[in-house]
Amino acid sequence: MPNFNMTLNKHTMPAQSPSERAKNFREVALGYDENTAVEEARRCVRCKTRPCVTGCPVGIDIPAFVGLVAEGKFEEAYEVIRAASSLPAVCGRVCAQETQCEGKCTRGIKGEPVAIGRLERFVADRHMQNASASAAAPAVGGRKVAVVGSGPAGLACAGDLAKLGYDVTVFEALHLAGGVLMYGIPEFRLPKEIVRREIAGLEALGVKFVTNAVIGQAFLLEELFEEEGFEAVFLGTGAGLPRFMNIPGENAKGVFSANEFLTRINLMKAYEPDAETPVFRAARTVVVGGGNVAMDAARCARRLGSEVTVVYRRSEAELPARREEVLHAKEEGIGFAFLTNPVEIVCDGEDNVVGVRCVGMTLGEADESGRRRPIALEGSERVIPAACVIMALGTSPNPLIARTSVGLATGPRGEILTDAEGRTSLPGVFAGGDAVTGAATVILAMGAGKTAARSIDAYLKEKPSRN
Amino acid sequence: MYRIVQRESLNASVTRITVEAPLVARRAEAGQFVILRADERGERIPLTIADHDRARGTVTLIFQVVGGATMSLDAKREGDRLADLVGPLGRPTDLDGMQKAVVIGGGVGCAIALPVAKKLRAQGADVTAIIGFRSRDQVILEEEFRAASTRLILMTDDGSCGERGNVCVPLRRLLAAVERYDAVLAIGPLVMMKFVAAETRPYKVKTVASMNPIMIDGTGMCGCCRVSVGGEMKFACVDGPDFDAHLVDFDEAIRRSRTYSAFEAAARERHCNLYKREVK
Repeated sequence: MPNFNMTLNKHTMPAQSPSERAKNFREVALGYDENTAVEEARRCVRCKTRPCVTGCPVGIDIPAFVGLVAEGKFEEAYEVIRAASSLPAVCGRVCAQETQCEGKCTRGIKGEPVAIGRLERFVADRHMQNASASAAAPAVGGRKVAVVGSGPAGLACAGDLAKLGYDVTVFEALHLAGGVLMYGIPEFRLPKEIVRREIAGLEALGVKFVTNAVIGQAFLLEELFEEEGFEAVFLGTGAGLPRFMNIPGENAKGVFSANEFLTRINLMKAYEPDAETPVFRAARTVVVGGGNVAMDAARCARRLGSEVTVVYRRSEAELPARREEVLHAKEEGIGFAFLTNPVEIVCDGEDNVVGVRCVGMTLGEADESGRRRPIALEGSERVIPAACVIMALGTSPNPLIARTSVGLATGPRGEILTDAEGRTSLPGVFAGGDAVTGAATVILAMGAGKTAARSIDAYLKEKPSRN
Repeated sequence: MYRIVQRESLNASVTRITVEAPLVARRAEAGQFVILRADERGERIPLTIADHDRARGTVTLIFQVVGGATMSLDAKREGDRLADLVGPLGRPTDLDGMQKAVVIGGGVGCAIALPVAKKLRAQGADVTAIIGFRSRDQVILEEEFRAASTRLILMTDDGSCGERGNVCVPLRRLLAAVERYDAVLAIGPLVMMKFVAAETRPYKVKTVASMNPIMIDGTGMCGCCRVSVGGEMKFACVDGPDFDAHLVDFDEAIRRSRTYSAFEAAARERHCNLYKREVK
């Protein structure tokens, strides 16, 4: 019988101090060392019901990998995670563990759950530091599959297909592969070096990456089949056009979508002193929204030297962001105005933003999402001063492929329609991630990519080979 | 890829480059654009495609040096490579069934007006081209326009070449004299397109403006390029870049185009200082 560690709390995650990190873009959470990881893993009591596994969208055998960490078998633990997850170092950092694996952990009934996410990160990072170049031989002569988009859905799909021996090419519209992992999630939460290494791992498996290639523009979907010889295509094109509120002043100078603000910072490194790409720097910034993207935008603005207020129309309990991000944001001095909703962007005569007129809200009955619907309170108007406003309200699916692909069925919001196995209305065309679900999470997109990889494999096994 | 096979200065601040980009050339149409980065750390610059050659796999781009990024691009020579080039982006200009049109180019916008005129001529349309510049030393593509139009009207603000005045002067004359044009296509500075739209509005002539707002990804992700068209929010990169000029809120677009003007001025200064250092 193993000797469990019955401490009620998780081992603390070492982190940069709030005052220090609010001035730099380096990673906030620094990761467990070996001893801490082993001790934290010993908090897992190997319960028979294994509820954590049911909370994981990709079904990692969590008790097995945590058990191996407790025994100091870190590389074996990595193999267990890797069997189910394509991007362990990423998910250990960005998954909302509190609503997934850790939310179901037996230890969480009394005290804190096992820090599964931190252990996943530890195992993945340790593997990256110690592993020699992957010895897996790239598949040669496999059947050709195209993956459109190199975000989490595309990477997961590409990785699984490559392991099954397919000849996979990933097309990416931007100049760097990684999708939202590169342009959306900031360096201080997910170092870009981690993403680059995950992609290098896929290249070692034989996956080819073609950047600067917009499918639906440079190549039509049908041309991938007819001219380029692909036998199946996965569409992981991700989030598209940012949503705005449709309130006066939204096109003033100083109003940005979170996508724009974050892309300038994360992809274009606009915060570096010699960057060619500009980013708007304001003394005061208002971020509208309550998701992870809103937290990322707020914390980036803070690091550019701004006073930041996050405006959210529901209360703190409904914040959809990962809890750790909210906590980190607060520690970094970011203010929150809950139950508050913008009604107008206030501008000066030159159309520069000077503030955000907001109304107070109260929560009514639950709506179709199960969250209580916010209702405006009369006579509660006030103006929050700001020169910069960042809208983090979600996105609509990208329209480029759907509008040039005859017969590809889409839903009312432009989302690509699929069945549970990721099959679209077109034979040989599969889809997953935000392009299908609208803005969601990295792990759900990854899960969809993996499901589609299985479907593509099944589809191609039934279909006679071209060659 | 992305090697510059030809480079030529058209005037003191406007340069034409032809770049190897077979993926872009194979489907490029008049009115579409590319986004390029000159160097590994460079800014993403959107440029409308001035010409393409599918057989050679090249696209031709004409740009004006305005800030740090275009200065870096201008420093590239024949044989040099660009870090990145993606396209074709945006929708092609819709010229279907047009028999009689006025194509208006202002300044470096002429680079984009030219392929539109060429395509119209190729489909047998009667094309009146009006091209406008500040003065004689700014004039570009005059011969190319002469070849691509039924008739060419060259305007300069100071009268140092062609007629004196802006592009609206001859446009007004044409609209008053001629029964009907299928369309007026205007490509140039925002303020020029605004005034062209004002001239054609009373005549209810279909008028198209090619918008060139600030952009980053160019594929419908960042929302930076939003333009108010008929009171609706449109995204130039995926909905445009062409829009009904009578519906575009040009005043707003002009204000938005200045979002980073202070930054650009600083970048110009920085680049110039670097050049000075190199000269020493």
